[in-house]
Amino acid sequence: MNVLVGLVGSDESLKTLQQTIERTREVGDDLTIAVVEKPESKRSQEEMVERTEELLTETGIDAEIVTLEGDPGSALVDHAEQGEFDQLVIGGGTLSPMGKIQLGPITEFVLLNAPTTVKLVR
Amino acid sequence: MAGTRPYPDDPAGPFPSPPTTVEDREGRSIEIRATNDFEETLEDVVEMYVAFDPTDRAQGIPPTGESRIRNWLETIADESVNVVAYHEDDVVAHAMLVPDTDDPSAVEDRSDVEWELAIFVLQEYQRAGIGTKLLEHLLGHAGDIGIEQVWLTVERWNNPAIALYERVGFEATGTESFEQEMAIRL
Repeated sequence: MNVLVGLVGSDESLKTLQQTIERTREVGDDLTIAVVEKPESKRSQEEMVERTEELLTETGIDAEIVTLEGDPGSALVDHAEQGEFDQLVIGGGTLSPMGKIQLGPITEFVLLNAPTTVKLVR
Repeated sequence: MAGTRPYPDDPAGPFPSPPTTVEDREGRSIEIRATNDFEETLEDVVEMYVAFDPTDRAQGIPPTGESRIRNWLETIADESVNVVAYHEDDVVAHAMLVPDTDDPSAVEDRSDVEWELAIFVLQEYQRAGIGTKLLEHLLGHAGDIGIEQVWLTVERWNNPAIALYERVGFEATGTESFEQEMAIRL
């Protein structure tokens, strides 16, 4: 399967990347990693690309890394539309102090607009 | 962290303080009380959530199954503020506030942090006015102990819940995703 994973600079994104790499290793998917621009994130786009490269080297997985500019949700969906992707993977929400699952505006945009199957990683 | 969400300028209320006993619309006598030591009522609250119909879950809570329910409540028990409604010996509704901070034990002044609200009413006791009473008494109790900023999220399509929150003074603060965020100042 041809998989596109979309990342911002959050801890949830790192977890999503780790799980997606693990899955790629198990089933031999083709993996493309898109790092989007989200200024309020914990890590910058550059830091996230570096972290991604480290993880790929550590696990010995071969994947293309792309950086996308502009509105994160829209950029991800555009990229998914242009490639031959079967699945778009993104983080599946954060937990509030109460333990409520919260889906942000990027997730909502991707779910409503992506032409591919979307996987939310918890 | 205080100040990360927008709050109404003016305080809402005044709200009544627990304890109180009210008659619901079905004529049942409902006792509303704050629990200063949540451990005392924990078992009764666990029992309520075990009986809770999972179709009324919101954003993943309450979890299902006694062990997951216990785990969830124990995780938030220590620093949370709880008000429960009893009918005879059973908890039939539960409302709580959980501080939005990475280190709840370091909170010196309750007005320094924002508190997340959640409320659940057991199915057989819904549409009887208990939720409104419980919510008002939770906010009254919160004001009594120095809490000023309370927020919540509610699924955007859950109009009855949004109407209830608006009735007591919550205002919508953001609409850009599936959850409607609302806030109130006490």
